[in-house]
Amino acid sequence: MRIEGKGQIDRTRPVSFTFDGHRYQGFAGDTLASALLANDIRLMGRSFKYHRPRGVLTAGSEEPNALVTTGLGPAQEPNVRATTLELHEGLIARSQNRWPSLDWDVMAVNDLAAPFLGAGFYYKTFMWPRKFWEAVYEPVIRNAAGLGALSGEAITEKYERAWAHCDLLVIGAGPAGLMAAQVAAEAGADVILVDEDTRPGGRLNAETLEVDGMPGADWAADLADDLAALPNVRIMARTTVTGAYDGGTYGALERIAPDMAMRPGAPLACFWRIVAKRCILAAGALERPVAFQNNDRPGIMMASAVRAYLNRWDVVPGRNVAVFGNTDDAHRTAADLIAAGVHVSALIDARHHSTTDLDVPFYAGAQVSDATGRKGLEAITISRASGQDKVQADCLAMSGGWNPSVHLTCHMNGRPAWNRDIAAFTPTEGAIPGMVTAGACQGDFSTRACLEAGARAAAEVLEGFGLTLPHVEIPKAEDSAYDITPLWAVPGKGRAWLDFQNDVTVKDVKQAATENFRSVEHMKRYTTQGMATDQGKSSNVVALAVLADATGRGIPETGTTTFRPPYVPVPIAAMGSGAQGKGFAPERFTTSHAASKERGAPMIEAGLWYRPSYFPQPGETHWRQSCDREVNMVRNTVGVADVSTLGKIDIQGPDAAALLDLVYTNMMSTLKVGRVRYGLMLREDGHVMDDGTCARLGEAHYLITTTTAAAGQVMRHLEFVHQCLVPHLDVRFISVTEQWAQFAIAGPKSRALLDDLLDAPVGDLPFMGYGDVTVDEVAARLFRISFSGEHAYELAVPACYGDALFRELLTRAEALGGGPYGMEALNVLRIEKGFITHAEIHGRVTAGDIGMARMISAKKDCIGKAAAARPGLVEEGREQLVGLTPVGAVKELTSGAHLFNQGEEAVRVNDQGYITSVGFSPTFGCFLGLGFLKDGLSRHGEVLRMVDHLRGVETLVKVQDPVQFDPDGGRVRD
Amino acid sequence: MRISCPICGERDRREFYYVGDAVALNRPAADAGPEAWDDYLHNRDNLAGETRDLWYHESGCAAWVVVTRNTVTHEVYHTELASDVREAQP
Amino acid sequence: MGFSGWRVLKEGLTGNRGWGAHWRDAAPKDAYDVVIIGGGGHGLATAYYLAKNHGITNVAVLEKGYLGGGNVGRNTTIVRANYFLPGNSEFYSHSLKLWEGMEADLNYNVMHSQRGQISLFHSDGQRDAAVRRGNAIINQGDDAELLGRADLKRMLPYLDFDSARFPIHGGILQRRAGTARHDAVAWGYARGASDRGVDLIQNCEVTGIDIEGGAVKGVQTTRGAIRAKKVAIIVAGRSGQVAAMAGMRLPIESHVLQAFVTEGLKPCIDHVVSFGMGHFYISQSDKGGLVFGGDLDFYASYAARGNLPMMEHVMEAGMTLMPMIGKARVLRSWGGIMDMTPDGSPIIDKTDTDGLYIDCGWCYGGFKAVPGSGWSMAHLVATDTHHEPAARFRLDRFRTGRGLMDEEGTGSQHNLH
Repeated sequence: MRIEGKGQIDRTRPVSFTFDGHRYQGFAGDTLASALLANDIRLMGRSFKYHRPRGVLTAGSEEPNALVTTGLGPAQEPNVRATTLELHEGLIARSQNRWPSLDWDVMAVNDLAAPFLGAGFYYKTFMWPRKFWEAVYEPVIRNAAGLGALSGEAITEKYERAWAHCDLLVIGAGPAGLMAAQVAAEAGADVILVDEDTRPGGRLNAETLEVDGMPGADWAADLADDLAALPNVRIMARTTVTGAYDGGTYGALERIAPDMAMRPGAPLACFWRIVAKRCILAAGALERPVAFQNNDRPGIMMASAVRAYLNRWDVVPGRNVAVFGNTDDAHRTAADLIAAGVHVSALIDARHHSTTDLDVPFYAGAQVSDATGRKGLEAITISRASGQDKVQADCLAMSGGWNPSVHLTCHMNGRPAWNRDIAAFTPTEGAIPGMVTAGACQGDFSTRACLEAGARAAAEVLEGFGLTLPHVEIPKAEDSAYDITPLWAVPGKGRAWLDFQNDVTVKDVKQAATENFRSVEHMKRYTTQGMATDQGKSSNVVALAVLADATGRGIPETGTTTFRPPYVPVPIAAMGSGAQGKGFAPERFTTSHAASKERGAPMIEAGLWYRPSYFPQPGETHWRQSCDREVNMVRNTVGVADVSTLGKIDIQGPDAAALLDLVYTNMMSTLKVGRVRYGLMLREDGHVMDDGTCARLGEAHYLITTTTAAAGQVMRHLEFVHQCLVPHLDVRFISVTEQWAQFAIAGPKSRALLDDLLDAPVGDLPFMGYGDVTVDEVAARLFRISFSGEHAYELAVPACYGDALFRELLTRAEALGGGPYGMEALNVLRIEKGFITHAEIHGRVTAGDIGMARMISAKKDCIGKAAAARPGLVEEGREQLVGLTPVGAVKELTSGAHLFNQGEEAVRVNDQGYITSVGFSPTFGCFLGLGFLKDGLSRHGEVLRMVDHLRGVETLVKVQDPVQFDPDGGRVRD
Repeated sequence: MRISCPICGERDRREFYYVGDAVALNRPAADAGPEAWDDYLHNRDNLAGETRDLWYHESGCAAWVVVTRNTVTHEVYHTELASDVREAQP
Repeated sequence: MGFSGWRVLKEGLTGNRGWGAHWRDAAPKDAYDVVIIGGGGHGLATAYYLAKNHGITNVAVLEKGYLGGGNVGRNTTIVRANYFLPGNSEFYSHSLKLWEGMEADLNYNVMHSQRGQISLFHSDGQRDAAVRRGNAIINQGDDAELLGRADLKRMLPYLDFDSARFPIHGGILQRRAGTARHDAVAWGYARGASDRGVDLIQNCEVTGIDIEGGAVKGVQTTRGAIRAKKVAIIVAGRSGQVAAMAGMRLPIESHVLQAFVTEGLKPCIDHVVSFGMGHFYISQSDKGGLVFGGDLDFYASYAARGNLPMMEHVMEAGMTLMPMIGKARVLRSWGGIMDMTPDGSPIIDKTDTDGLYIDCGWCYGGFKAVPGSGWSMAHLVATDTHHEPAARFRLDRFRTGRGLMDEEGTGSQHNLH
């Protein structure tokens, strides 16, 4: 029910919304929870296991019960806390985890079966018959479990990520945080002040307390306005620090205000990485419930929440309210209710010594022991030494005391310490390097104490910064002492709830202890206590106390479970923002990309690059037709392919040759200027890392190429070898992959093409030769190298000329009966020639396995040489590279198939090898393959079984030399 | 985690590539024998506490950096250029 | 006490007063035939199979914290047998068979759910490598199927087939792969071992290993000295420290691997989905949370907690692959300490010290290995001979280069996996 008051909602801005299809009205400044309460809606959710009717328990992000689903279609968002959901026009909210309706939920039958569904019951049953788990039990359990539902559609709304850096991060803008920020800001520190709420003030917004002679909420708003005007202060509202990480890095989730988020292009939320030299945690405290029979009835809520709804949102959650607690907060609650004209039917204080001046039925030294009213509280039972009273109430404000919000201090494995005075855990100093705690989160529970603690924490931080402490007056505020008599669970027979959402009761915890789940971690895992969406924020300490009691230990000896990030759940879309679709990894395009696309070439991924698969011609309906044509074209006329994606590293310096001799297995120091040599690199573990070419451009100048896949790895490797192993070598290198566009011109007519294109003819450039050339007066590099087995060149120009050169090359090639070729043809050409790619050098092969044992020079050391000599890498029985061709009835080879001796079963123990690359060779008119075969070098000529279980292909294959095209290499040299 | 690159200053961990124990600086001679190579390549003290390991400022200046840090607390004590460390060794 | 549906019914009707401890808490005796250091999944399984398969029951499991508090209680619960290199292949195959009989064997519902695992591929090259793996799995006698895009669109309609950065070409499905309730595995083995007479000793940290004349004599602990004829080190991420007590240096670096779980959701992901290209894998727990993870944080660590860079990377991978999970909220993140070997494969072997055995190096794949590792380690400890399916998990393979099992092909060197 809404009352007239002085709350912080904007009565001039009514807002209409729907809940479960019914239209309601609230005001700007409401949360969904406050608006529903204002409309006398108490039933807001159903619990996880027993589907018990539930109302709102809290007024903050720790809410376990009032979770709703909002939005439609891809905007559907499950498990939204009604307590922090800002009411906005058009809001569509639905209750969840119920069927067919919130009011009548079929699954509530579980509640009747509760005796059979206690802690861990599922570990003891559903085991027979075995097949029934996946077929029957699990689907039923899965469908009954869960809370809200995802839409199943790709999200369409935007999320963002951002960085922020500051001297001081203040977490929490309650009295302690505001005070700390003010002191630090006035000293000149660069301050970020974040708060989860929509407005600064913390508890001041929910209380009738005064600060500096004015309403606390007004004081907070004024101070925040003053701070926001300073150039060295950033105030971030709606921002929850979710985690404390190494190096003063904090994660924080900023929710964008609904009216802002609705603007075109605006994100819903932003995930911040805040790097702070120091941090002041002023996160406040969370009130904890008391466990008693049926304490989960809708209408029973935290006393602090009752005051918040009353004082901030002008809502009374009932017309007849009882108050139950064990601190002065109970009295404060009753006083606020009475002042607002609400009938208080009972004030129950568990402390025997308590007294009151309030005009209410008062029960000192008493406890609430039961509650009735299934879908809404109707009455409570009050127990005291003299007997029991039943009192009518439609709302019970309950308080078991306060737990400091120590969560963030535990994110780096810090353990909080038990503080007997306040019967709560407080942070251990230094648990997060650079962080100091202040205010209620370290157990200061009066307003004045919080203000002082905030100023004190700031002073400590400023001293570290070497800044002068400004004089800041601590405002006047209440400074009452905190007097608590611990009360965890009221004795009784029925079920008393600890974890409301997960339906963990006192009985469950005791049962767990009986079954020897006595470690707090075991108890948590066995009962699921604290594993709900609220992560046990309000329930963990109570559950711990119950476990301590059940096991005869004290609370400190029982210990706590670990609070892990995030403090509040964070949407995957926020932390992974920008990655949806193509954003996951950079896209790299060659200079010929546009021209290739214009020719209809399907582009395929090669690492981060895109390369053309083939270039279809009119009339070609299958990629194989294009591929066969392109292979024939290279073999008979001339083909052009963009090979710019290969890594290129420019290496210069007097010791360049020495470095290359160390990283390559073969000798590069003996390479003559103007010549190119094939090179093999090993990892230090003796296996092949990469292959490529090495050209000597000058006496102290080399250019090496790497495979597309290994370009980054090779660069890193060279830097490692140079800086970490041989820093005395005078050599420098840099990746020039993107600076040069490089094209292969391959085929019998390649020379004719180049003679015509280049400003001067190719001349007598030999195979594996290099020359400086010019194309239209543009300096270019020409390498006579071949990956196809044909007379071929690679021509490199500065990348800005790549597009133009590619188009020019194609025009000229086509005039000679040639044209472009893509990756498919390139692959067939190299398989015909027995050249390897990373399909063969897949990380587990040695130089010997690929027939290159002799490439490891005996005259020098090289990376990987020692490890490559280990017995296991040189012994017989290794799988060695072979060529393969089908000779059985089936004329196909498939990559990934395994090889077996004829007559042997296709099982692991008979495995002889496998196929790594296949292609249909138009040159030979059959499939050719490369693969690895045990001792394959000595098995040429054998006929084996090829079995591809997965594709259902089996045939006989003949083992042969990997080099099947032009084995003498005459064509490349001609 | 934040690491001070001796050249660039303090940067987020995501700018760095990690390679492990700084023992990698002490490459044995080619003929040092299988035990020495086994120790170099494989066997590790794997300390819980202060350790020295190698990081590569891949998204920055490409410096290899020896980082002295704590594997339990993740505190970074000290960083130096790997090339300086290597050159200072015999 | 046997567990069954009838028992649950009977106890429910009589106030659940008949349930007792799942395992005995034992105080350490002076001496045992076998002391197992480490009360995690592998240690408890080893104890269980020592008792069950070999009749060796004078056994203590020493755990410095609480049983099952290490990686068995912190993983993403995936059970599969889809390795392709000899050594791994037969071992995980054996382990999966044990999973399939585990509940009946232990009389404990570990919720082993063979819901199927799908490993996606994104290029022809990846497809060929996946097919090679799939064929090896079938050669081993396990199951694998090749799925095309049409199959995937039917089975995983929520994947981004149109605009994901790495287009989805297909996948390999292993139907017998799936998930299990991780904690229950530890508890089930603990109960089984305890019932057979094994002493499970919690809060007992080993501080030294006593060796005389090249043979192990016992251990020093925070609860006193314990003599033992045989000692088995099964401590995962802490292997380096415990082995150092015996003067050993291991080919192991300890790294942090994070995992994540979202708030509970109604069923939306019915399989285990692996996105190798993005180092991302995900499944949905029976409770409704999406359980997912990615790659190592990539720095040696004993902190059992991670940092934002990898966390964000994992979320990014999820968003490019299956953007329908964007509205799911990450509830909890945590880290485990992974005992990484150079080649990414484990070690079950004797040591140079008589009577001292080691089972370690499970990298980030130890959960599915729990039954197989326990079985094979128990065999080794009991008989001093290697159990055939684990016979290749030798400690000296790095020195000799024989039988390296580098499944990823990234190198048998540290920090390449």
